[in-house]
Amino acid sequence: MHQLAPLSKGANQKIATRAAYGQALLELGNQHQDVVVLDADLSGSTKTAVFGKAHPDRFFNCGVAESNMMGTAAGLACTGRKVFASSFAMFATGKAWEPVRQSICIPQMDVKICASHAGLTVGEDGKSHQMLEDITLMRVLPHMKVIVPADSVETAEAVRLAYETPGPVYVRLSRASTPVIFGDEYRLELGRGAILRDGSDICIAACGVELAEAMIAADILANRNIEARVVNLACIDPIDVDLIVDSAEHCGAILTAEEHQIRGGFGDAVAQVVVRHHPVPMDLVGMDDSFGQSGPASDLIRHYGLDGPSLADRAETLMQRKER
Amino acid sequence: MALTREEATQIRKVALEVRQDVVRMVHAAGCGHPGGPLGMADFMSTLFLQHLNLSRDNRLSDDRDRFVLGNGHTCAGYYALLAQKGLIQREELLRFRKLGSQLQGHPHRNLELGIDFSTGSLGTGLSVAAGMALGARLNSWDSRVYCTSSDGESQEGQIWEAATSAAHWGLGNLTVLVDFNNIQIDGRMREIMDVRDLEAKYNAFGWHAVTVDGHDVIAVDQALCAAKETTDQPSAIIAITTIGKGVSYMEDASAWHGVAPNDEQLAQALEELGAAVS
Repeated sequence: MHQLAPLSKGANQKIATRAAYGQALLELGNQHQDVVVLDADLSGSTKTAVFGKAHPDRFFNCGVAESNMMGTAAGLACTGRKVFASSFAMFATGKAWEPVRQSICIPQMDVKICASHAGLTVGEDGKSHQMLEDITLMRVLPHMKVIVPADSVETAEAVRLAYETPGPVYVRLSRASTPVIFGDEYRLELGRGAILRDGSDICIAACGVELAEAMIAADILANRNIEARVVNLACIDPIDVDLIVDSAEHCGAILTAEEHQIRGGFGDAVAQVVVRHHPVPMDLVGMDDSFGQSGPASDLIRHYGLDGPSLADRAETLMQRKER
Repeated sequence: MALTREEATQIRKVALEVRQDVVRMVHAAGCGHPGGPLGMADFMSTLFLQHLNLSRDNRLSDDRDRFVLGNGHTCAGYYALLAQKGLIQREELLRFRKLGSQLQGHPHRNLELGIDFSTGSLGTGLSVAAGMALGARLNSWDSRVYCTSSDGESQEGQIWEAATSAAHWGLGNLTVLVDFNNIQIDGRMREIMDVRDLEAKYNAFGWHAVTVDGHDVIAVDQALCAAKETTDQPSAIIAITTIGKGVSYMEDASAWHGVAPNDEQLAQALEELGAAVS
């Protein structure tokens, strides 16, 4: 029996992970003089402005020039700084992918790319801003660590872990306010996932905003006498191979959920482990080769089948493929 | 202070040796980029011998100068100069581009060898150099950051993002040397994509920019001295050069951007460069 992750005892508190990032970064900067923060004219939205106001000497706004920001971050890291570089996920990983590869990953610089406004839950800004390919773009890079925190508590942990982990780290953050899932005593470790609720009929593995939807799905499934294990895999690279293999053995089927393209994304990372170590039936929930559109975040999550009830139905369908 | 006659002679001698090493290295590798480093040898030697505060003894110290080879494909000459400074073993030069060599086809960061940063993809170097200059200032280090670029690289948009931010932050400890040979891979720059007047462009971006004959070591030295004296804005030195300089059949020829000489061509090159052919 696994130890379950400590869960929040608060009632229905909602905080955006980007807001938690701003606060965590401020506290990190208060503790550590080597922290330098860069932004690309979105510091109010990414919440790096909180750090910038407290530590103006260690905050540099690079303007609307994300590629240059990433190169500048690499150069600053050469002078012994731990550099946090933020923008929207679209621009930080999409527009600036090449300098991230060339100037940060190849020389293994101490740069932490903390990008907000990832995924569908950007909402009304629509497909140009809904970054659905960033996990793919970052996890494919050698030396890059990828962390997708699910709530404010895990975001603070991700910021601490990024600081303590040498070399490049990508942290994916969201715009929308989302439920606080974890208790304050929760600790995130590199390459380690967590079980939030145990069951042996099906495993739902999720990251980011989809973890709360997975918990809703597990409640729905319980009412149908199906006991689901819910696994949080915030750390996608390196991923918790032991926990995925254990879940495959224990549950016999794994459903993944992500606010991202399923091609090359989170589910793909889980599937690689399953295929190589313990093949069981799998299904991947996420965006299936499609861009998003404008709309309120919660409407979009429902429209594209990423909500708890949809996950529950997909889990039940997947269970039918289990070997009896 | 102007170069003494002895200093100028020594720089020219080293530049000639660098050129000999460049053709030997590219020949031994069977591939690589000889034209660019031959053209850059005079201004690079002036920088490395007379200005760049980098040595075996201080290569890991905080307040040394930094160097970023923005046009990373010209690294044969860079490696030869690091060998001149005792940072790279001379034997290693002929392992350039070979499997397992520390001397990669484009530079890979290796502080032990004095290689401050990884480059190769055009457009990325100046941003990194600006970040180093910003960090050096933040740390109150008395170090300067030098970066090379080229006319062809100036077609990359990221160069102008970096030019904007370096001027905005007033990085007086940053100097870029732009190799302007009017040649790019596909032909004459003016026919492919003309970048026009880079001195005017850098000046307009808020830099202190000058244009010099990149083969005139005295003029290059003066420009580097003026850059040191400019403390409130970054400096750009547009160095007009001839690609392939010193090897007659390579001079001003885009074909020699990225082709290795054969045995006969190597012998002719070394003869023209005044080397004893072994």
